[in-house]
Amino acid sequence: MQQSIEAVNLTKKYGSFVALSGLNLKFEGAKCVGFLGPNGAGKTTTLKLFTDMIRPSAGHALINGIDVHENKRDALSSCTALIETPEIYPSLTPAEALSMIAEIRGVSSNERNIRIEESLNEVKMLEWKDKKVGKFSKGMKQRVNIASVLISDPSIIMLDEPTTGLDPRGMSEVREIVKSLKRKNRLIFMSSHLLNEVTDVCDEVAMIDHGKLLVYDSILNVIQKFSENGSNIIEVGFSRAIDENIMEKIGKLENVKATSKIDETNLRMEILGDIKVQEALFYELANMKIGVISFKPSSSALESTYLNMIKETL
Amino acid sequence: MPNRVPSSIRQAFTVTKFELLNYVRSRRFIIMLGIGIIVGALLTLLVGHYRPSGFLASSIDFYSSWWGISATYIVILSGIFFGGDAISGEFQNKTGYFIVGNPIRRSSIYAGKWLAAFVASFIVLIVFLGITVLNNFYYFGLNLPYQFLESFLFTLLYLISVLGLTFFFSSLFKSSSVAILTTVVLMLFAFSLIQELIDAFVHVEPWFLITYGAGIIGNILTVPYPSHILTTHFGHVVVTSYAVTVPEGIAILVAYFAVTVILGLVLFERKEFN
Ligand SMILES: Nc1ncnc2c1ncn2[C@@H]1O[C@H](COP(=O)(O)OP(=O)(O)OP(=O)(O)O)[C@@H](O)[C@H]1O
Ligand SMILES: [Mg+2]
Repeated sequence: MQQSIEAVNLTKKYGSFVALSGLNLKFEGAKCVGFLGPNGAGKTTTLKLFTDMIRPSAGHALINGIDVHENKRDALSSCTALIETPEIYPSLTPAEALSMIAEIRGVSSNERNIRIEESLNEVKMLEWKDKKVGKFSKGMKQRVNIASVLISDPSIIMLDEPTTGLDPRGMSEVREIVKSLKRKNRLIFMSSHLLNEVTDVCDEVAMIDHGKLLVYDSILNVIQKFSENGSNIIEVGFSRAIDENIMEKIGKLENVKATSKIDETNLRMEILGDIKVQEALFYELANMKIGVISFKPSSSALESTYLNMIKETL
Repeated sequence: MPNRVPSSIRQAFTVTKFELLNYVRSRRFIIMLGIGIIVGALLTLLVGHYRPSGFLASSIDFYSSWWGISATYIVILSGIFFGGDAISGEFQNKTGYFIVGNPIRRSSIYAGKWLAAFVASFIVLIVFLGITVLNNFYYFGLNLPYQFLESFLFTLLYLISVLGLTFFFSSLFKSSSVAILTTVVLMLFAFSLIQELIDAFVHVEPWFLITYGAGIIGNILTVPYPSHILTTHFGHVVVTSYAVTVPEGIAILVAYFAVTVILGLVLFERKEFN
């Protein structure tokens, strides 16, 4: 069975204020879905509904088809979540705190210690394993929190701004963790304000504002559909310095509107067309044997799309 | 391969285990145990030095004066120490966020934490019991009247009931200090004040007070068992005081536990983490 996350008419009201309004959304399989929206849009509210931390006013939050509010034990059995920044009992050590989660989740006792070490190692906190959490810095605590969602080897992971409070290296480590989870065929749902982070690790994005879903699609399609003139910005990376010759050749390709250099080895390419066009372009670039090593939508493109969309709903 | 989620009961025991570890680590347990030992030591010194006749008339009088008076305070203090912020703290300190997002029922968390508070209080009570029995042994030799055994069991029942109540308050309020303050004021002042006012002016049996129910702890150590209604005249003022009977006392304590546990659990189930 494919792992899945599904919101059916999911609604949350606080008195007369609607924090989340009839959200319908479903993703399944192995991928990372970014969850975007301005402050107060309803991202955390959505994720809390998916972990039964709050009750829906209407609708259902389903994980693997099981309603979280009706059957939390089954729904969350292979799904972990990190929402906002939980605190760990200050007098416990990371090893103890993780051991508690592992026990609650039924990680077998002979596996527990290995899993604890592995997940602490992933977040670079192994040397702090037996120190009390109370004295940790904010970022160190968040690293332990991240370890806690890895401990039981879940198939679905929900993260609410996971890199909050982390240093730049910590952020990039978390990105690597998310990428490696994707390689292990996990389904990841991650809210974030960092659009470069989302462009880097996510395949698809869902954008919400004022509790309403604006769009859910692949990053490339979102950028293309909502960019101002229907064009799409792609960043192409090369293994060697780009010469004028190559620039010219690329500029002449079909559907390429404009090109510009970002730096010695990176090129920005404005293109017209959908995902099929992009596929064809990528194929052509690779065939030109000019040292292309990466091809991805530009994070600044996602940013301008994002800003456009949010503006529209104001 | 996915892990199989353990039964709700096993998960509750897991919560208990780590809650107890937290009590020990955070020194909460040591402090409460210390209070029990200090109270025991002070009583030992005072009785040894002044040899009050109330204590030393007989073995049962000794237990009545010693246990009948201090045990309820040990219970109330334990209830406040281990139960006062048990649930509210999870919200206020955001420690609850670490655990609720897991496949565990809230009732397992509640039960696990309750059991931890009971075990910790029970150990404190046992130590205080040890001090009591040793003192009695010193004055009267090996002597354990069955009334004392009953009194101890009633104390445990009172503990269960008090923890039900403190957990209820900690579930009712989101702020730990409000929850603790409410428990302190009610258990240490308000209930006994109400009871005295009722005795003096209303002349009805205060069957609705948990502290009245706890009267069986001391009453059972009074031989013969005190009469149910006692009327005293102070000039024109008539004070009617009631001594709770054993079946009544048990019923009051059990009822308090049942009602507060159900209400506390319902509140916790409905409370939102936001
Ligand atoms: N307990 C509550 N009572 C009333 N309103 C609430 C409550 N919790 C959240 N809200 C409101 O719901 C809306 C959505 O909040 P939410 O935390 O989901 O936003 P978010 O998208 O996670 O924002 P951020 O990016 O700042 O984390 C906000 O307007 C917030 O004020
Ligand atoms: Mg949020």
